[in-house]
Amino acid sequence: MARYVVNRLAQAIMLLVIVSAIGFAILHLAPGGPLSQFAASAQMTQEDLDRVTRQLGLDRPLPIQYLDWFGRMLKGDWGRSYRDGEAVLSVISSHLGATLELMATATIIAVLLGCWIGILGALRRYSLFDTLATVGAMIALSIPTFWFGLVTIYVFSVKLGWLPAGNRETVGDGSLLDLLHHLIAPAMVLALVETAMWGRFMRSSMLEVINQDYIRTARAKGMPEWRILTVHALRNALLPMITVAGLQFPTLLGGALVAETVFTWPGMGRLFLDSIGYRDYPVVMGILMFSATMVLIGSLLADILYAVVDPRIRVG
Amino acid sequence: MSTGATKPEQLVAEAPVLSVSGLTTSFMLDERRWIPVVRNVSFDLAPRETVAIVGESGSGKSVTALSIMRLIPKEIGRVEGRVTLAGRDLLTLPEASMKDIRGNDVAMIFQEPMTSLNPVLTIGFQIAEALIQHRGLSRAAAEAETIRLLDRVRIPAARSRFHEHPHRFSGGMRQRVMIAMALACRPKLLIADEPTTALDVTIQAQILELLKELQQEEGMSILFITHDMGVVAEIADRTVVMYGGQAVETDATARIFATPSHPYTRALLAAVPRLGSMDGCARPMRFPIVDKVTGSSDEPAETPDTVSTAERPLLEVAGLTTRFPIRSGLFGKVSGRVHAVENVSFTLRAGETLALVGESGCGKSTTGRSILKLTEPDSGTVLIDGQDVLAMNGRTLRDVRKHMQIIFQDPFASLNPRMSVGTAIAAPLLANGLASASQARDKVADLLVRVGLAADMAARFPHEFSGGQRQRICIARALALGPKLIVADEAVSALDVSVKAQVVNLMLDLQAGMGLAYLFISHDIAVVERMSHRVAVMYLGEIVEIGPRASVFGNPQHPYTKKLMVAVPVPDPSRRGTRRDVSNDEIRSPVRAPDYQPPVRQYREVSPGHVVQVWGEEWSG
Repeated sequence: MARYVVNRLAQAIMLLVIVSAIGFAILHLAPGGPLSQFAASAQMTQEDLDRVTRQLGLDRPLPIQYLDWFGRMLKGDWGRSYRDGEAVLSVISSHLGATLELMATATIIAVLLGCWIGILGALRRYSLFDTLATVGAMIALSIPTFWFGLVTIYVFSVKLGWLPAGNRETVGDGSLLDLLHHLIAPAMVLALVETAMWGRFMRSSMLEVINQDYIRTARAKGMPEWRILTVHALRNALLPMITVAGLQFPTLLGGALVAETVFTWPGMGRLFLDSIGYRDYPVVMGILMFSATMVLIGSLLADILYAVVDPRIRVG
Repeated sequence: MSTGATKPEQLVAEAPVLSVSGLTTSFMLDERRWIPVVRNVSFDLAPRETVAIVGESGSGKSVTALSIMRLIPKEIGRVEGRVTLAGRDLLTLPEASMKDIRGNDVAMIFQEPMTSLNPVLTIGFQIAEALIQHRGLSRAAAEAETIRLLDRVRIPAARSRFHEHPHRFSGGMRQRVMIAMALACRPKLLIADEPTTALDVTIQAQILELLKELQQEEGMSILFITHDMGVVAEIADRTVVMYGGQAVETDATARIFATPSHPYTRALLAAVPRLGSMDGCARPMRFPIVDKVTGSSDEPAETPDTVSTAERPLLEVAGLTTRFPIRSGLFGKVSGRVHAVENVSFTLRAGETLALVGESGCGKSTTGRSILKLTEPDSGTVLIDGQDVLAMNGRTLRDVRKHMQIIFQDPFASLNPRMSVGTAIAAPLLANGLASASQARDKVADLLVRVGLAADMAARFPHEFSGGQRQRICIARALALGPKLIVADEAVSALDVSVKAQVVNLMLDLQAGMGLAYLFISHDIAVVERMSHRVAVMYLGEIVEIGPRASVFGNPQHPYTKKLMVAVPVPDPSRRGTRRDVSNDEIRSPVRAPDYQPPVRQYREVSPGHVVQVWGEEWSG
């Protein structure tokens, strides 16, 4: 097992290097740059621009810039934001809490609701419930997150006035109730697609399991149905869900980016979009590396967890 | 074992434990129509008696068993009639009481030991669960009882294996676990649905012995469902023969074998290959075919001498070795090798059949695939008509493959479901540019007739054919290029007995008509005896004994050959009696360390052409 983890970690580090190099290249090759917004200003002379470019080290060849950035990053120096000069790591950590809060809430809703729908759909296959769930999932998967977000704001904030239209808290309030009140709409929007995915995966996993020979064995042994469902079927059906969780993480991150933008949620996703707009290279690269690391750790954890739970692939 | 375990019910005279009368099970075809798959089946099962239900696929034997257990989902199936277990009618019981009978009074074991155990639960848990549920034992008491049960089914080191998961057990051992689970609550009745069909023949013999012994100790009745007449003869006191959902004949097993009255029973028995029935015949022999309706039979004759006497054999294999590396770790370092085929040499003449026999994992299929270069061998030479196949590539390899074709085991998987059978048969002709479209059509019609089908079937699709017909189509496709050699990899193993006999007869006729050479790969020794001129016995990748069939089977030398032959169930109840010891030897694995050097083998000639490997200490004792 230890050897397996070491192997996977080595693979993850190689992947991070590749991701960082590609991200760095795309970012720097994209038209425009951190200085383009100053360029239009009459107060900035060409000399001023050249001086700032030199100060930021942007006049050097791209590979050198990359190696410099990479070397510093390894030492823990992730650079400073071009916008306000704050250290990248502290910028990220000040936005992280909001994002995690949103993602965790959405995931809890999605897992509980999705698994329940999936299991019930599999047990009552082709029933009215199953048909409605299938159609519902199809619709949920086809709706673009930003559109659903805007509709939610229109209906619940503008028309009904039940929920706030954005932000994480009312300025000057910030009580738990206030926080929850703000959380409902973005979490619901983010959870929609996730719930549909979990429901579909859970249904097919459960269907496969309840037709297995060992379920028939359990029946032949005279086990009560609830025990067959919980002890014999569910444990097997949940196994592939661990992998689904690992694979869903990037989708969740991408969804959070959209939901945060729509609901002006002060999280990492909005920070990322804003920073791209400003060509704030250090912050963009910082968020990229941070989320890539999270994704890799997530899938590594999923695989390790799978190996722990499934006796067949406990790696020696 | 003590006899004090008798339950009070058994003191009531010899009333039947199980009485089935007028059992009819129908499945829902669509909204309105119900199709009966078991019709009006009746039989009794006395205490300590074993009754076999025998029949071919689709005869309704498994559905009968599931109906008795009420394991057919209400939504898709309907069960009528009476099933009385010790005086209680099971079919009218509420589901809650039925649950207390399953696993308690009636237990069941299934065909597939590999999939019948829950992979995420330890075997100990799965057995103890039944004890806790039905006998109300505490966890600790259930664990102690489980270990005792594992001991009783002869699982070595039972105590230490309690906490292991099913994947750590071989197929035979898993079936023992299933049996332990079934015996947990001392059922009055054990229903065994093809419990040995998926097992190798030596393991099958162990499990049958074990079941017989446990039956004596426990005094239970067994309802044994099987398609194998050899197994029936081995184990059953009485036999129910099922055909098309009906019980066509019910009688004492000895009577059924000696004087079968129903034409179908006669047809079935005639088609059963019997090991040892070929003494004194050097050449293969056709199976007699009995009409299932009239019961009239044709006389089987020894096939004409088809073996070519040309100086050079058609196929010469020397030193063939195929190993598969097992890789692990970050850079895929080789951590072991499967020595699938190890230094195998033999020859095969035109018009001759050489059978490769052995148990699973012995390398017989890999040998067949290596000869066609479907799997790349590590070393050795394969000459066909003197040309080295292994040295060829691309164009030349394709040319030489026209002379050598392969037929696989599963006729369902080896035909493309979206391609008409005519297109499938014509494909090799067109791909090799050997015929125009219209020539190919004529050739397909001709081939279909040759394999016993009709020319106008070319436009149909595979799902419209039965398993036996599909295998005929596969044979037709293999014949399309006019091959000299056909590798038949378990080609008849998946077929029902009577269909198997017909396909074997077809292969023999084709050999006589076209001078084909067969490399007949099979685990079924009784069919091999019927079919082949020469036999090679494989064990752990090596040929341990090879020679003329009559000589190898008549005078087996190698301990493994002997072991294999003793294990084959004989379809003759009068020859039962010969008790074997219940051993629990497992089939050994050909996986070796990366630096393993195979030993240099010595061979000795027993009689002309009959050669046996000199064996070492591992076989003594």
